Amino acid sequence: MAILVDRSTRVLVQGITGREGSFHTQQMQAYGTTVVAGVVPGRGGAEALGVPVFDTVTAAVAAAGADTAFTIVPPAFAADAVMEAAAAGLRLGVCVTEGIPVLDMVRAAAFVQRTAMRLVGPNCPGLMTPGEAKIGFIPNHVGRPGRVGVVARSGTLTYEVIQGLSDAGHGETTAVGIGGDPVLGSTFVDILPLFAADPATHAVVLVGEIGGSDEERAAEWIRASGFDKPVVAFISGRTAPPGKRMGHAGAIISGTTGSAQGKIDALASVGAAVAGTIEDVVRLVGERLPGS
Amino acid sequence: MKLLEHQAKRQFARVGIAVPAGRLARTPEEAADAARELGRVAVKAQVPIGGRGKAGGIAVVDSPEAARREAARILAMEIRGYPVRSVWCEAGLEIVHELYLGVTLDRERRRLALILSAAGGMEIEEVAATSPERIAKVWPDPFAGPQPFEVRELAFAALAHAPPLAEARGRLAAALVPLAQTLHRLAVDLDAVTCEINPLVLTPEGTLVAADGKLEVDENAEYRHRELAAELALDLEGEDGRTGEDPFEAEAKRRGLTYVHLPGGSIGCIGNGAGLVMNTLDLVQQVGGRPNNFLDIGGGAGAEKVRAALEMVLSDPDVRGVFINIFGGITRGDEVARGVVQARDELGIRVPLVVRMTGTNEEEGRRILAAAGIVPGTSAPEAARKIVELVGGGA
Repeated sequence: MAILVDRSTRVLVQGITGREGSFHTQQMQAYGTTVVAGVVPGRGGAEALGVPVFDTVTAAVAAAGADTAFTIVPPAFAADAVMEAAAAGLRLGVCVTEGIPVLDMVRAAAFVQRTAMRLVGPNCPGLMTPGEAKIGFIPNHVGRPGRVGVVARSGTLTYEVIQGLSDAGHGETTAVGIGGDPVLGSTFVDILPLFAADPATHAVVLVGEIGGSDEERAAEWIRASGFDKPVVAFISGRTAPPGKRMGHAGAIISGTTGSAQGKIDALASVGAAVAGTIEDVVRLVGERLPGS
Repeated sequence: MKLLEHQAKRQFARVGIAVPAGRLARTPEEAADAARELGRVAVKAQVPIGGRGKAGGIAVVDSPEAARREAARILAMEIRGYPVRSVWCEAGLEIVHELYLGVTLDRERRRLALILSAAGGMEIEEVAATSPERIAKVWPDPFAGPQPFEVRELAFAALAHAPPLAEARGRLAAALVPLAQTLHRLAVDLDAVTCEINPLVLTPEGTLVAADGKLEVDENAEYRHRELAAELALDLEGEDGRTGEDPFEAEAKRRGLTYVHLPGGSIGCIGNGAGLVMNTLDLVQQVGGRPNNFLDIGGGAGAEKVRAALEMVLSDPDVRGVFINIFGGITRGDEVARGVVQARDELGIRVPLVVRMTGTNEEEGRRILAAAGIVPGTSAPEAARKIVELVGGGA
């Protein structure tokens, strides 16, 4: 079992002919992801990486039967591309683009909300269901099929967690990188219920960071829903000074909102085990996995 | 990008929001001229941070001589690191009441929030902390913008906490509708994540005037507002070339590096990925070290990037050791190792380096590092301990 992406997922790539788009599409194909089409306005009729290219998402959906968009286009065009995917009736959109103007995303998020599409990202590493498929940047070698769901704001730290869980033999059901921007399509509270409903997921690792209050809202959801799978949390940015953006557009402590300690306290108060290092994450998962 | 008060007010005036008459002065003489023209004025330091008044950066004067004297004093000031390059000399207002009207990004709601409070004139965060009931908010549809009924709801909710305004509330609500709509449109047009008028002054004539303004433009959208950015840079930079920004951060920006300076720290920190680097700093501090910076070299970790990063980090002489933490997704460990060794030799680096990396060919990478006298780490916490140990006491 898995969430959001599996062997049957049919992906179209917006920006398939770009340098990054083409590289990561090849990595996805090598991993086993079913890529069915590319979309590049003005390049319809061409072929790229063995799949047909279309001018519009609508045309790609009609001809190739895609259900998911992988959006990897420059920041100035990304919000529009996300809306195009949502309007075409796709089920899932994954946007990895970093640097999108936040008010563009405000409009895109409102637009997407009126459609059936679930958006993951932007500025995210994408997602991976080990052994089945991946969309985005997560390195092919880190995952291993298993029992732990991973949901995270950062990229490389996510890869480290996945690697650690894989090396320890726990493996993952699905790993979802939700992204480091202030306005995201999906936050922890959108992904946690999917792990709650997935019988193969026996524990969840939540990787958060400073900025905003998504981790606090995750804690509130865990409490209110009675979520009973073990949660291991990891929060980075304990050393971050207030008012400074730590790499991610969304990683900033503003006034009293967004500190690491506030998030650690909120998650600990609902019974999550909060780890100090990645090694700790793996160990705490091991101690809490049922039957281990 | 935080605009200066006079820039924000020019934007307000451009879209038809009333602002007090004012003149920008870069010299005491120009301030005296402004006072001659405008009469009683407030002389206000133009720096892109709050708390100017408390720091002594605002003076109300009655004569051109006093304006000259106070401007000379304020222009010699540095407020929280920002040298004052200019003062805004502004005619005084008669005040019946001070309100707050603002537009700001609400991350949780994924929208701009339109905020009104009858408790203007103080920091809105302070009002939020002490009497949140005095703040009214609506979250207009991002495509439609605020509708008149939304602004009226906002107005009646906020004015309910200001008994002296009870009688005038209908008229005020009607006046706030176009003002709030204009402010919201300005925020959208400028890609502002904060666009606030505080205080919004109600005058005896019943007009609403923007007595102070704050405007912060989204960094990701700066490419759409190059003129504003250029104007701001000119306003902040003096003849000495200083902008008031941390000089190391200013240099990093010029070099296109994602860098945050933590002045006084002794351990340079470099890694790939924002979360990973934040965690690297946390690990260093956890074992008793003091990180000097955050530097994210982004995806991959080629020799060029590592070299540029080392050069940047070591430009602060306080740095007595560097911790490089690389997760090799696609990058190969041996390549990273060769890059680090090459950079160290070319830059003539003498301070201790500890490199922790994972990924393909990591063992080969560790051999290359060890052979070159650079400490390789296998686990991040262990590597953090090593660099703190090497940098030694007082770290």
